[in-house]
Amino acid sequence: MIPFNFEYYKPSSIPEAVELFRQLYAQGKNPMYYSGGTEIITWARMNAIRPGAVIDLKSISECNIIQYQYNHLVIGSCVPLSMLTAVNLFPLLSETAQGVADQTARNKITFGGNICGRIYYREAVLPLLLSNSRMLIAGLKGMREVSIHHVFVQQMRLESGEFIVQMITDREYLALPYVHVKKRQIGNVGYPLVTLAALKKDHQIRTAYSGVCAFPFRSIEMEQVLNDPMLSIEAKVDQAIDKLPAPVLTNTEASAAYRKFVLKHTLIETLSLLEGK
Amino acid sequence: MNGQAVGKSVPRKETWEKVTGRAKYVDDASNLGLLHAKIAISPHAHAIIKSIDLSEAWKLPGVRAIITGQYYPVLTGSPLEDRPPIAIDKVRYYGEPIALVVAEQEHIAEMAALSIKVEYDPLPVVNSPTEAYQKNAPIIHEHLAMYKRTEEAIPEAGTNVANRTKIRKGNMEEGWKRSDHTIEVHVTIPQSDHAAMELRSSRAEIVPDGKVIIHSTSQSPYVIRRAISSFLHIPLHQVIVHTPLVGGSFGGKSAIQMEFLAVLASRAVGGRAVNIVNSRELDMISSPVHIGLDARVKLGCTQEGKIEAADILFLYDGGAYSDRGAIMSRAGATDCTGPYRIDNVHCDSLCMYTNHPYSTSFRGFGHPEMTLAIERAMDILAKKVQMDPLAFRILNAIQPGDTSPTQTQLNRSNLGDLSMCITKLKTLIRWDEPSKAEIHGYLIRAKGVCCFWKNSNTPTNAGAGAIVMYNADGSVTLLCGAVEIGQGTRTALTQMLAERLRMDEQMVQISTDVNTESDPQHWKTVASRSTFLVGNAVLRAADDAIKQLKEIASIVLGYPPTELDVGGGRIYFIHRPDIGIEIIKIANGYMYPNGNTIGGQVIGRGNYSMQHLTQLDPETGKGTPGPDWTVGAQAVEVEINTREYTYRIVKAASVIDAGKVINPEFARGQITGAMSMGLSFASREAFQFDPNGKILNPQLRTYKLIRYGGQPEYLVEFVETPNLEAPYGLRGLGEHGLIGMPAALANSLTNAIGVELNQLPLTPEMIWGMVHDSV
Amino acid sequence: MPSYNISQYSIGLQVNGEWRTIQVRTADTLLYVLRESLGLTGSKNGCDNGDCGTCTILVNGVPIKSCIMLTVEANGQHITTIEGLTHSPIMQAFVQQQAFQCGYCTPGFIVNCHGLLNAHPDANEETIGIWLESNICRCTSYEEIHKAVMSVFTSNNAAKPTSQGS
Repeated sequence: MIPFNFEYYKPSSIPEAVELFRQLYAQGKNPMYYSGGTEIITWARMNAIRPGAVIDLKSISECNIIQYQYNHLVIGSCVPLSMLTAVNLFPLLSETAQGVADQTARNKITFGGNICGRIYYREAVLPLLLSNSRMLIAGLKGMREVSIHHVFVQQMRLESGEFIVQMITDREYLALPYVHVKKRQIGNVGYPLVTLAALKKDHQIRTAYSGVCAFPFRSIEMEQVLNDPMLSIEAKVDQAIDKLPAPVLTNTEASAAYRKFVLKHTLIETLSLLEGK
Repeated sequence: MNGQAVGKSVPRKETWEKVTGRAKYVDDASNLGLLHAKIAISPHAHAIIKSIDLSEAWKLPGVRAIITGQYYPVLTGSPLEDRPPIAIDKVRYYGEPIALVVAEQEHIAEMAALSIKVEYDPLPVVNSPTEAYQKNAPIIHEHLAMYKRTEEAIPEAGTNVANRTKIRKGNMEEGWKRSDHTIEVHVTIPQSDHAAMELRSSRAEIVPDGKVIIHSTSQSPYVIRRAISSFLHIPLHQVIVHTPLVGGSFGGKSAIQMEFLAVLASRAVGGRAVNIVNSRELDMISSPVHIGLDARVKLGCTQEGKIEAADILFLYDGGAYSDRGAIMSRAGATDCTGPYRIDNVHCDSLCMYTNHPYSTSFRGFGHPEMTLAIERAMDILAKKVQMDPLAFRILNAIQPGDTSPTQTQLNRSNLGDLSMCITKLKTLIRWDEPSKAEIHGYLIRAKGVCCFWKNSNTPTNAGAGAIVMYNADGSVTLLCGAVEIGQGTRTALTQMLAERLRMDEQMVQISTDVNTESDPQHWKTVASRSTFLVGNAVLRAADDAIKQLKEIASIVLGYPPTELDVGGGRIYFIHRPDIGIEIIKIANGYMYPNGNTIGGQVIGRGNYSMQHLTQLDPETGKGTPGPDWTVGAQAVEVEINTREYTYRIVKAASVIDAGKVINPEFARGQITGAMSMGLSFASREAFQFDPNGKILNPQLRTYKLIRYGGQPEYLVEFVETPNLEAPYGLRGLGEHGLIGMPAALANSLTNAIGVELNQLPLTPEMIWGMVHDSV
Repeated sequence: MPSYNISQYSIGLQVNGEWRTIQVRTADTLLYVLRESLGLTGSKNGCDNGDCGTCTILVNGVPIKSCIMLTVEANGQHITTIEGLTHSPIMQAFVQQQAFQCGYCTPGFIVNCHGLLNAHPDANEETIGIWLESNICRCTSYEEIHKAVMSVFTSNNAAKPTSQGS
């Protein structure tokens, strides 16, 4: 039960949404863009966030598409995770999406919502990091298309009033050899100890991680080691782990020491699977 | 001939209500005119309350009352009155209620509860029962000596001991002398949660004549009546409790907690009806939880493997208030050796106060925990004497003629047949095949076994009543106080009644809910005792009704009642079954052709109380804690990845002496359901506490339960050794499938990886940690 | 664009085949309104956090946990609750297998299975598993639920002609 009130708006176009945000912000209502809303509801019922208004983006047609445009796959931010899996245009993304929460929840959780989440994991971003996707972002100053690496650094770095409209991925990435492994504390539903997404392009392995640190990331330093032909698999993995961008996470799911242990095996598994592909 | 209702898998009476969503649970009633109460909780596990500021909360619209512990400073609890429903002066656990808000709207009540500001002075936190047992431990209850108590609890003032039960049997010195091998094991089990899907919820109203009407999701409507009557100092008959279908409880809804709050809330708003429902988070941390245990077990046996001595210390984690934890620690003591003959036993079983949520009954009542300790010890000792673990158990299995730790004389009727259970289990799980095998690469399959027993530890005067009413159409209505919590007891009782009345079970009606105003009393729906207590009462009520039917029929037919019998909807002459009269013609009195009528509605009544139970001697534990045991043998087969310690539970098996199976489908469902809960609890469920006693995983997202797909293949068989005191010879079944699961899982995983796993939950990380520590 | 700069407003939605117009607080979840305003208490609150599945309903045929959906989001949508499923073969199978004990999680399981049956009448065991992981049952071992669900999907799969002959 959400203990406070807020206003609700459901614009049907991007300019309307942005304008609403501007007005509500000016009125001091602390507006939030709302997509699947599952996380907003979760935090709001704990009284951990206090939006005075939410702006539901689900009626904006651009946010709901999932289609090829020229040589790109374009996916709207309001597409539910289960839809990504069902249409299966980007198999790595399908699998990654399917690892989040549970099937019924994935009918509600959206692609954009997952990536913009406050909860650490934001697993749906991993394939985008690997495929150097771009994001179409709407804001008070209009639209901009930017590399994911510029706007997603540990978490989404959006300006006030901005929201993600679409993710755009070059078609050449969609059919590349890939690996997705999600390891949990126990069982098939839950937050990751380690989620590892990997792609192999031009004989080079790219890896991105969720659950390992307090944010999802792709690390060029780690990839350099993992692709070093002079190293054995064991050495690659050990050295890659030494290059993690932040301390390994300890929380209710697992300790850092165990996460490291799991990460090591997951990396070995991944490298073996991608070998020769 | 009708009357083969016992032993048949009839569907639940409330089947269609449940599958269509029409079944009504307590929070499904209309909320029109209701006020809503919400609890403000403590963010500290142990702290002095310095001040409480309600001003912000009062500013919200529609707030009708805010009360704190001072509003009604009365202590509650059974067997020890140690708990204020709302904290007074200090808080003793994270999540303890510190104030209660009543408002017109639920979300306003919630916001008001969140707006209460409390200043605390934190105190040192006692974070485990072993810490609580240390000489210099912070004292959680300074006034322990002053608490009102019943004889059942033996607290030790000036310490954190809420109860100590002692077992002194035989001669320890002698026992150790005869032992060629000894082993010692330390087992720890953290507290966890019942996690019934239905959240605890209660509704109370105080009507102008002073009557208190409570609707509550509870296993104990009659205890609520008693507790509220003494809490408010009003006569028992002025408290009326309604309990509809309960959405799972597993012991957790036997404690009286929300009811006190609902009644206080109603009192604070002039008696208006107030509804209070837990959030999942509060249900997990503020309401009572599943008990934890730290155990030390030392066993000794001869060269041949005969166990000669047991020295046992159980430190149960009772949490901040003792509640049923005190009785659970006693229950653990009474069955402390497991189902094995051990002539020399020294056991101290304690309920320790800690700064954790308080513990109440959980399915198995102290047994799943202590069974893990004993059965780990059994496997370790078997290994030491180089015996097969099952052969070791068969050699030591308790038998008629032996005595229990409380020195009760055992016979076939009160004990059942453990050896038969073990023998059957052996075949069921193909124990003759290797108990450990490599599947391929890193995958290993391994089996683990265990045995268990459980007596009910009921009060010596626990009892129940039943009323059997004949309706004009020849159908029968059964009134009784057993709560339907999903176990199928109310349906099973109609089967038992139909069997006795030799009628079609579908012609026996029973309501889904219990009303203390109109249903005969039943102690509590706990301890797997309802089919025993209420069942005996039902059979007596049936006999009473049959007697009445025969009396009327005797007048009509002209044969003495002793030569009449009942069956097929008729009362008939034994020697000429064609001579008789249809029950429909006499069930509401018999009318002669001229209109004269004899008799009237046939209403049978029956009651039953526990017989021959005695209190335990405080120095030796000698006494009779319950009418009978249920014994069984269980096994688990796992497939473990020895590289990452992830595992799959492949099979789980139970062979249990059921005495008599009343409804095979229900019986299997009770056993497999309990096994599932046991495996879930053993493999993943535990509260995670930070050093300050704060619970870090109070949601079903981070507190994990087995989900669909995680179920192993279940193998269940029954042995039927009748308990001569019980209806149709039955024994309790509701809890027992759970008891050995943690032990069987721990034994199978230990067998697989060769490292002793003596700690729950057995997550891959826990196993990894143990392996890591052992090298 | 309608302007709803208030925290209460009126919405229209189809519930179990009937159009309803109701006044709601925007912060109220669909679960809350179904239960408290429409009296449809078959959908249960088990966690209010999207974790347990007892509140599962169908929104335009798709299973959704109604505790993580605002009622205002349901404006103009077709909602089916357990009360709206009258002749579901899933229900019959649950009866047959007695695939419940306390019954509290049952509506959520049945609604989710029903949604699956409509979306994937030939779902295989893996798909069934993925969908049903969304719901928690605390009483049964899932054995009975598994049997009930498999009985429906197996008879479905047996009924349709297969390309490989038999």
